[in-house]
Amino acid sequence: MSTSPAAQPRAHRVRRFRPDRDVVEWQGAYRRYDVMKEVFVCFLAVLILVVACAIVFSSPDDPPVTIKSWSNAAPVDFAQTAMTELDGTSALATYGPPYTDTKGVSQMLGPISLEHAVGVRIPIDTAKVFVLDPLATLPNRPLLDAALSRYEGASPGQQAKWDAAYETVVADATFSSGKLLVKSGPYGPVASLISNLESMAQTGALDGALLASPQLYATNYTNPLLFIAGGTYMADLAAQRHLQGSQWGMMNETGNYPGQAWLWLYTLWYQVPPMKTSSNGDVEVWAIMMALTLALALLPFIPGLRSVPRWVGVYRLIWRYHYRSLGPEALSQLPPGRQSPRQ
Amino acid sequence: MSAPAVDSLAASTEKGTWTGKLRERAVEALPPDRLLPDRQPAYVASWAYVFGALTIGAFIVVLLSGAVLAVEGPAWWHKSNAGLFVNSTHLWGTEFFFMFMVVHLWAKFFMAAWRGRRKATWITGVIAFAVSIGTAFTGYLSQQNFDSEWIGTQAKDGINSTGAGAFWNVLNFGQMLMWHIVLLPLLVVLLIGIHVLLVRRRGVVPPFAPTQAQLAKAGLALSGAATTPAAAPLFEELPSQQALAGLVEPRLQEPPPAEQPVTTEPSAQEPTSQEPSTPEPVAQTPTLPQPAPDAPAAKEPPAPEPAAQESLWHLPEDES
Repeated sequence: MSTSPAAQPRAHRVRRFRPDRDVVEWQGAYRRYDVMKEVFVCFLAVLILVVACAIVFSSPDDPPVTIKSWSNAAPVDFAQTAMTELDGTSALATYGPPYTDTKGVSQMLGPISLEHAVGVRIPIDTAKVFVLDPLATLPNRPLLDAALSRYEGASPGQQAKWDAAYETVVADATFSSGKLLVKSGPYGPVASLISNLESMAQTGALDGALLASPQLYATNYTNPLLFIAGGTYMADLAAQRHLQGSQWGMMNETGNYPGQAWLWLYTLWYQVPPMKTSSNGDVEVWAIMMALTLALALLPFIPGLRSVPRWVGVYRLIWRYHYRSLGPEALSQLPPGRQSPRQ
Repeated sequence: MSAPAVDSLAASTEKGTWTGKLRERAVEALPPDRLLPDRQPAYVASWAYVFGALTIGAFIVVLLSGAVLAVEGPAWWHKSNAGLFVNSTHLWGTEFFFMFMVVHLWAKFFMAAWRGRRKATWITGVIAFAVSIGTAFTGYLSQQNFDSEWIGTQAKDGINSTGAGAFWNVLNFGQMLMWHIVLLPLLVVLLIGIHVLLVRRRGVVPPFAPTQAQLAKAGLALSGAATTPAAAPLFEELPSQQALAGLVEPRLQEPPPAEQPVTTEPSAQEPTSQEPSTPEPVAQTPTLPQPAPDAPAAKEPPAPEPAAQESLWHLPEDES
């Protein structure tokens, strides 16, 4: 004779108590507590600390590098960088996704390239974006217009010859009396292009040209920042401020401030091999950090790791008053390590 | 009398709707005196417990200072002493927020605070920590100064390598500012809110208990010891209920009580078997004055669960 499910005794799973997973709910004493008071007092305490630190230490605010400041402070570096953008040999011109479709440069995580899988989503033709298009916006420059027409009308082979010739002489360029001085050579109109771009940059016009958008209000600084990052000027300033990657880079900030100290572990991986020298270092560091973050979140499910708190025994300090109330014998017997060989 | 009739009508109307059911569940899960308690277990007596509230206090400072910065716009603090001061409070509030949060995280790790159905509390805390890092990072990108330039141009390589840079462009000031002041703060507020509600719902994790074997070794052998040789080894791992209750010595003189409530969690790793069990209420020694019959139910100590048999804990199957 069958009975209805409701009439049957409830089936129970047999479980063994696991000290790293289970607890015996508290049946002991309680004491008075006001959660609102605790939060409010903590807020006031933090507010006092924060205001004191703000008054005493303030906050760093080093002015940004603009193309104008860069080209005035380091005109030769600017000209050399602009030349690499024009001839397509810069780091950005050969970056790969998401900026260019350069083959074989994407970082690999094992057999997978995530950036290659996503593809070019922010396309940048460095010669056009950084040199030719901005120069075309300058009005009333017949000589420049002629140089532009000549360069853009030439075959790619001819352009490459001019570029290579100018690349050679600009390495030894000097800047004097507002002029970029280079040795003569078979570089065609390229000298005129770079010289005019230098002038444009020094007036600040190139900053605006690279920010140009269909809307009046521009908020996307991708182009000017990528151009500035292509030179050595900003990197030199960063090195002086101890912000280079080899100097624990991003977790620092200008001045004597804590910076993003919480990024210490992320930055640490860049200081140790093989990530330190690997061509896939970025994606390797990210993979490690994602795995560690996942492990931290899922720590309660990981046998062994979830027992570490019990083995380490710091809880004896945290709950010392509670254990003290149990008597000295019980306290002396609290587990410093494993409780059972089966754990 | 018309008032009871009106109440009855309102109650039946609510029960018929999904919003009414939602409300019932919410009140059941978090009754007001659990949401904003006026008492806490006696073992909560350490500075380690303060850092959660300090983190929330710092978070409020960060939100308020960020709101003041938003009133005047992102460039205000570069050209105004008042703006620089407010920006400084935003920066230092963030520094303290992370400092307190990290200490809180370590303290909860050393307490193994995920025990007793508190895994979701731990996970939401870790996710809140990770999202907070992203929020602070976008703040550094939105400063419009050398730091934001340098951090952005350096960070792009790491983010591009994951493929995310194609959609989340750290050099796009407008995009990063919106993430920093709208999307990520909302997410952090949501995660911290869920985290705090879970803490209130599940309570503060109890201390590790001395085991029966350890207490026995200390000359404090308790009642409830194994009754069969086969079960005896398992008892090595059972906690001493009396020790947890803080009533070890008086209870040593008492007759063997039934086991006290235990919160165990289902686990796929554990071997299971099916056997019937008759739950028995557990006698408790209340340490608080018993509430009057009409007092709120939540003032009472936690309801006892079915007693365990011998050395094994039994959970209803539908709880797994």
